[in-house]
Amino acid sequence: MVDQLPPARPAKTPLSPASVMLRLAGIGGVVAVILGGFYYVNGTLDSQRLRPKSFINALEHNNGVHSGYRRNHAKGMCVVGYFQGSGDAHALSTAQVFGAGRTPVVGRFALPSGNPYAPDSSVPIRSFALRFTQANGQQWRTGMNSMPVFPVGTPEAFYQMLQAGAPDPATGKPVPGAMPVFFAAHPETAAFLQWVKTAKPSASYATESYNGINAFYLVNAAGQRQAVRWGVIPLGQDAAGATAPNDADYLEQDLAKRLAAGPLKWQLNLTLAEAGDPTADASKTWPAGRKVVNAGTLVLEKAEAQNTGECRDINYDPLILPSGIEGSDDPLLAARSAAYASSYVRRTSEVDQLPQESRP
Amino acid sequence: MSAPTSHFAPLARLLHWLMALMIIAMLFIGAGMAASVSERHEWLLNLHKPLGIAILLLVVVRLFVRFATRQPPLPADLPAVQALAAKLSHVLMYALMFVLPLVGWAMISAAGDPVMLSSSLQLPAILPTNPSTFAVLRKAHTFLAYLLFFTVLVHLAAALFHGWVRRDGVLESMLKGKD
Repeated sequence: MVDQLPPARPAKTPLSPASVMLRLAGIGGVVAVILGGFYYVNGTLDSQRLRPKSFINALEHNNGVHSGYRRNHAKGMCVVGYFQGSGDAHALSTAQVFGAGRTPVVGRFALPSGNPYAPDSSVPIRSFALRFTQANGQQWRTGMNSMPVFPVGTPEAFYQMLQAGAPDPATGKPVPGAMPVFFAAHPETAAFLQWVKTAKPSASYATESYNGINAFYLVNAAGQRQAVRWGVIPLGQDAAGATAPNDADYLEQDLAKRLAAGPLKWQLNLTLAEAGDPTADASKTWPAGRKVVNAGTLVLEKAEAQNTGECRDINYDPLILPSGIEGSDDPLLAARSAAYASSYVRRTSEVDQLPQESRP
Repeated sequence: MSAPTSHFAPLARLLHWLMALMIIAMLFIGAGMAASVSERHEWLLNLHKPLGIAILLLVVVRLFVRFATRQPPLPADLPAVQALAAKLSHVLMYALMFVLPLVGWAMISAAGDPVMLSSSLQLPAILPTNPSTFAVLRKAHTFLAYLLFFTVLVHLAAALFHGWVRRDGVLESMLKGKD
């Protein structure tokens, strides 16, 4: 078999023209199958599939395009501080953040709308995103909201909700009756609607509790996994006014004023699931009385304008997690991660178009 | 020993087919995860990053092997334009195999995201956080990936043309032969 000479080419009988055509068609067939497979996988040949950009396009359709801003939760403010771990969650998770040390935090308060100029009183919901940077370089990012549950449990239902909120092209306003029709068709929204009934736009970001809503797993040194939901509750904050002042931008002023007077604190709570508590459905509450672990204290020291502050360039992707925290089977987590990435590349492309604010 | 070889060295062939599998998988994984909001998005992403770094390491090994072993010459009767296309497409594929993982690594760095290959294995950032840099790199990553996909497709079609129509031994040189 070992032959130092180039093997003599076996004399080949020439191919007939029909055979050449057949062989070329075979090559074309192979190429076509691969191309078709690739364009199916990338969604081009699967027009019904929800893609990350479907959500971002729907948000832009509903709110208009505000270059440089997040496509959702567009109006907000950066905050900087740290997390002082209590050490009590260390038995549940190996994540460094749950030790007894300090972890630097860059956060962001915001309103849930794609309009960066929405009046603060326009929605009863406030949101709070956090990025913890551990000493080992790993990060924990989370986006929390002031409601206890999400209206829906699946990306498909959330997309339908965005469609129900689309403006009527004739009036530019939401189509009357579209939302009630959506809620009627989605009984899983009941828990959220129950909360909305009594929720009022708060006069301060500082007096709110914020809930992570989606379930995650904590993993300890023994490899044991515990399903949790987390949230923060305010510690010793002065009460906000009973009703929100009649001003479009009072939340930023309130936060700046409070931080000028001293740091603001929240307690980070981990609510431990018991067998049977739903981890895959953010529209469902967990029964009351679940064990709560106080993981430590979040301390905010400084606010920054969102167009120049450190939070501007952070994508608060809920699946950027340190070792010791894992995503659950909640389908909203992957959808949030994918859709945020789509919003992030659009807004980072436009960062030069952001107006530069001078305050606070 | 001066006689030209008729085939690629076995190690070069092993690397070629291993990387062919990895790169084609990688292109489909990338296209799929960028178009998915389901749990697939997450597990494809967790596959994409370590696989990309593996390709980056292998392409370095492969370049060494390429320069350390003999390559079979193209058939003497191959039209000059096809010979040139073969040479240029190979240079392009080597460049893209090397650059694409680096652009991916750089874009995650520019986003300020930790570069995690698993839940605990972390690579250092290779660029400082910068939104405009991220946006350019993120778009370049997609563009270069499509360029690689089409180059690989043309490469495959050309290989089959050599094997099925010209029957000139070029396809066989990557399939068999002992050294």
